[in-house]
Formats: sequence, C-alpha cells, structure tokens
Amino acid sequence: MGNNLVGNHIRRLRFEHNEMTQQQLADKAGVTRQTIVALEKGNYSPSLELAFRIALVFDLTIEEVFFYGDPSDRSAR
Amino acid sequence: MTYQEKKSIVSVVSTVLIFLIYCLYRYPQRPEFGLDSTDTFRYWGSFVLVLTIVSILAHIVISIGFTIIFRITTKEKEPGFADELDRLIELKSHRNSFFVFILGFVLAMGALVLEQPSDIMFIILIAAGFLSDLTGSISKLYHYRRGV
Repeated sequence: MGNNLVGNHIRRLRFEHNEMTQQQLADKAGVTRQTIVALEKGNYSPSLELAFRIALVFDLTIEEVFFYGDPSDRSAR
Repeated sequence: MTYQEKKSIVSVVSTVLIFLIYCLYRYPQRPEFGLDSTDTFRYWGSFVLVLTIVSILAHIVISIGFTIIFRITTKEKEPGFADELDRLIELKSHRNSFFVFILGFVLAMGALVLEQPSDIMFIILIAAGFLSDLTGSISKLYHYRRGV
C-alpha cells in the first residue's frame, strides 16, 4: 500500500460484490479505472464526494469502505 | 499498465523524438554571418514558430495513432473524460513544467546580462521549453505510477 493514510477495503468489497471489475466500479462511481487502481494501491486519497460515491456503489457507509491510518492498528484497537 | 501511464510514456518518447529530429534538421541551417544580425533573430523566430506548429501537429498524429493501437491491442476504450485524479495530476505536472520553464527563462535573461550572444539566449529558451514539456510528461508518468 502507498504512503497515504486513508486506506480502503475496495478490493475486498469488489470481490464480495460478484467479483466486480475495476472498470465496472469506475463506471458506477464516475471515475476512470486508473483512479480505482490508485485507490486500491493506496496511492491516492479520494475526495469526500468520490468516497461517498464509492460507498454508495457498495451500499455501505464511508467508514465501512474507508479508514484512517494503518488497518492493522485499527483491528488491534 | 493503464491507458494514462502508456499515454505518458508515448508523450515522453514523442517529445524527445520530435525535438531531436527537428533540431537535427533545422540547426545546421543557422545563419553564419553576424552574431546579432536581423537574420539571426528571424532564424530563431522561425525556429520557435515552426517547432511549435510541427510539435502540435506531430502530437495530434501520434495521439490518434496511439489511441488506435491501444484499442486494437487491449480491446479497451480509452477514458473519454478527466476525473479528479487526472485533474490533480495535470495541475502538479503543469506546476513542475512551469517551474522548469521559468528557471530557463531566468537563465536566458542571465545570459544577456553576461553579454553572451543572442544565440545563447535563444538556445537556452528553446531548451527550457523542451525540458519543461518533458518535465510535464515525466511528472504525469511519475504521479500515475507512484500516486499523489
């Protein structure tokens, strides 16, 4: 994962949603596949608007898709 | 590798090739006489103008060719719009590109202050234009690969 502190579970969520492809998610969220790639690698922190749009695609809240900080720290808490 | 990364690589390669080929063709035609004659200024003026036009046309042709090859080889359609990541990367690459050009511009003015021939000033300005273009493309490639 990249240097950004905003992490996400997009890869897992795609898999859980009928193995949705990056392109399908990109089309539904209104971005390019490159942006989904960057998000999954942790190379980009999305805008609040995009975070909402991605969460809506999975029918989840933002906190269920994105987290702040290292995910291992989060699970340890 | 995604469309944007491939496009940035093509942009870097085409920028270098266009500039090198054009310089190899035009530089030997430089007027020999008089360091600061009217012909010298006319030569450098036409050098920059023709380079700009040739560069724009070549980039359009290469971009169309790249899009066709991309569609044939990957069976994917290229993104038809720029999203927030594209715009952010565009801004950062423009910032780096302008910084390099301004640096070149200041150096070119410095050459005049140091009483160097006007040829030197033009060469520095043209090199700054080329390097700033290259910096923009390399910055894009870097940010698409390493993030922002």
